Amino acid sequence: MRNAPEWVRRHPGFAFAMLAVLLAVLPFAVGAGLGRGWVRVLDFALLYSMLALGLNIVVGYAGLLDLGYIAFYALGAYLFAWLGSPQFGLHLPFWLILPLGALLAGTFGVLLGAPTLRLRGDYLAIVTLGFGEIIRIFMNNLDAPINITNGPQGINLIDPVSIGGFSLGSRHTVLGIQLFPPTLYYYLFLAFTLFTVFVAMRLQDSRIGRAWAAIREDEIAAAAMGINTRNVKLLAFAMGATFGGLAGGLFASFQGFISPESFNLMESIMILCMIVLGGMGNIPGVILGAVLLTVLPEALRYLGDWQRATLGHVVVDPNDLRMLLFGVAMVAMMLYRPAGLLPSHQRKREFRAEDGAAEQEQASLYDAKA
Amino acid sequence: MDAMLTVENVTKRFGGLQALESVDLSVRAGEVYGLIGPNGAGKTTLFNCMTGLYTVSDGAIRLDGTAIQNRKPHEIVGRGFARTFQNIRLFANMTALENVMVGRHVRTRAGVLGAVLRGPHTRAEEQAIRDRAQSLMEFVGLKNRGRTLAGHLAYGDQRRLEIARALATDPKLLALDEPVAGMNPNERQQMGELFLRLRESGITLLLIEHDVKLVMGVCDRVAVLDYGKKIAEGIPDDIRRDPAVIEAYLGGTGA
Repeated sequence: MRNAPEWVRRHPGFAFAMLAVLLAVLPFAVGAGLGRGWVRVLDFALLYSMLALGLNIVVGYAGLLDLGYIAFYALGAYLFAWLGSPQFGLHLPFWLILPLGALLAGTFGVLLGAPTLRLRGDYLAIVTLGFGEIIRIFMNNLDAPINITNGPQGINLIDPVSIGGFSLGSRHTVLGIQLFPPTLYYYLFLAFTLFTVFVAMRLQDSRIGRAWAAIREDEIAAAAMGINTRNVKLLAFAMGATFGGLAGGLFASFQGFISPESFNLMESIMILCMIVLGGMGNIPGVILGAVLLTVLPEALRYLGDWQRATLGHVVVDPNDLRMLLFGVAMVAMMLYRPAGLLPSHQRKREFRAEDGAAEQEQASLYDAKA
Repeated sequence: MDAMLTVENVTKRFGGLQALESVDLSVRAGEVYGLIGPNGAGKTTLFNCMTGLYTVSDGAIRLDGTAIQNRKPHEIVGRGFARTFQNIRLFANMTALENVMVGRHVRTRAGVLGAVLRGPHTRAEEQAIRDRAQSLMEFVGLKNRGRTLAGHLAYGDQRRLEIARALATDPKLLALDEPVAGMNPNERQQMGELFLRLRESGITLLLIEHDVKLVMGVCDRVAVLDYGKKIAEGIPDDIRRDPAVIEAYLGGTGA
């Protein structure tokens, strides 16, 4: 709220009502204006928002660089697939599988964190990167001797989320309005994203959140102030992983199909980029980053049509261009807005700290002479 | 008086370097105990061993009779032994008040569930943390600086803030590593007064200091370290006249 525009602060109720209406009609507006495919993009924007918010707890709050975050997403997704598809013939209800997936991911977060969180910075990044790959490779190869993951073919026909017989995976007509699965999932994902935002906000502004910030600022001082740094870091890891697992389960049921391909290193890096681009540690920033990096690549696809229409053939494949533009954008970011598009107050200060440190040194020299 | 903190035969080696050699100390409850010595004598190393940042190579450190050597820093803080740092280690990008609030971590309980649900118990605890932090800010003389970023505080105020943050952990023993380094005489005097107020409130103080005048003025007893060994221990007046101490400080061959 502190950096909200003036009119939002003056009429918070009105602003929230506007936002609620906007979010409620968004899939219809997008569906009518841009086509139904874009509602799917919207769904993914929400999924990635959840993932980015989860990773933000680890990276933004506690300052631990995790490059294997997608592994927790994979665990949640695979658990959903195992318990809700013909793979093992199990069809448990989603309200049971989703928490189980979150729990499994959270447990793996602790298992991974316990031995590795004594590492710092780059070393932690490398170990987590390895973990992400290990999970993916396991999923790729666990089709023999016992077929658990169905290997590279992945698991198909995953149950859609169904609430009291109302399946989100099929078309419904409510009050004369046709509702397609992407629209239905949009509301489900929106609910979960809001839940994630709520938890992240509460955590940030709490005893635990302060402990995370303290560890990020100065781990030794945090320990000397009585913070059990190992446990508090583990907690950040577990919380982040839990949200990853939750998002994974939602992804599996939405797609109806998962394979190891969906969980490669590039995905981990993308989620990290969302946080960095949007503004590490700041919830609106992280969501902005997630939405931008989900929507922009889709928008770029139009470049192919545009080239065909104007030049007669595709000169540059938009898919190649995507990575190039992405790289350029990241470099530009680091040069002009290193703290992100919507940085948190604290991060802004941290990135300004270089000037501050010089001032500080001046001040203390002055004090010493006096 | 009982010994609150005893250091028995503590040795610390870094590879081939012997930083501390069989150091013995005993700090009594309620006193201000000074630790002095030339640069590189091992004072800060001893502090780091006592507060769990270093493991000791040999020997024992006891707080109220319980061995605390090689324990984790947070366990030692939990037992009532807090510290400050020679090169100030505040959370520079948090506000002054938030810094002190972090110090309450070890005495409060709210976990993830409490934080998310934010029930009456958690809210009451959070308010208590805030109130306590505010009163500690006042105690060290930073009443109106709560909203200032710790890194933007004046140098002397940063030192005070570090003390407030350490006090927030409810220590019975507080170790201060060169708390007046770089301060002007006026600030030093104020700091000396703060030490006396701390002692009055029942906190035992352990002080590393270079400023011999301050040490002699404030401390009840003093130990002198030189090259990792304790070369003297006693009341300030005796220390001042001790030939070994004079030699360590003035150098030379004991002429």
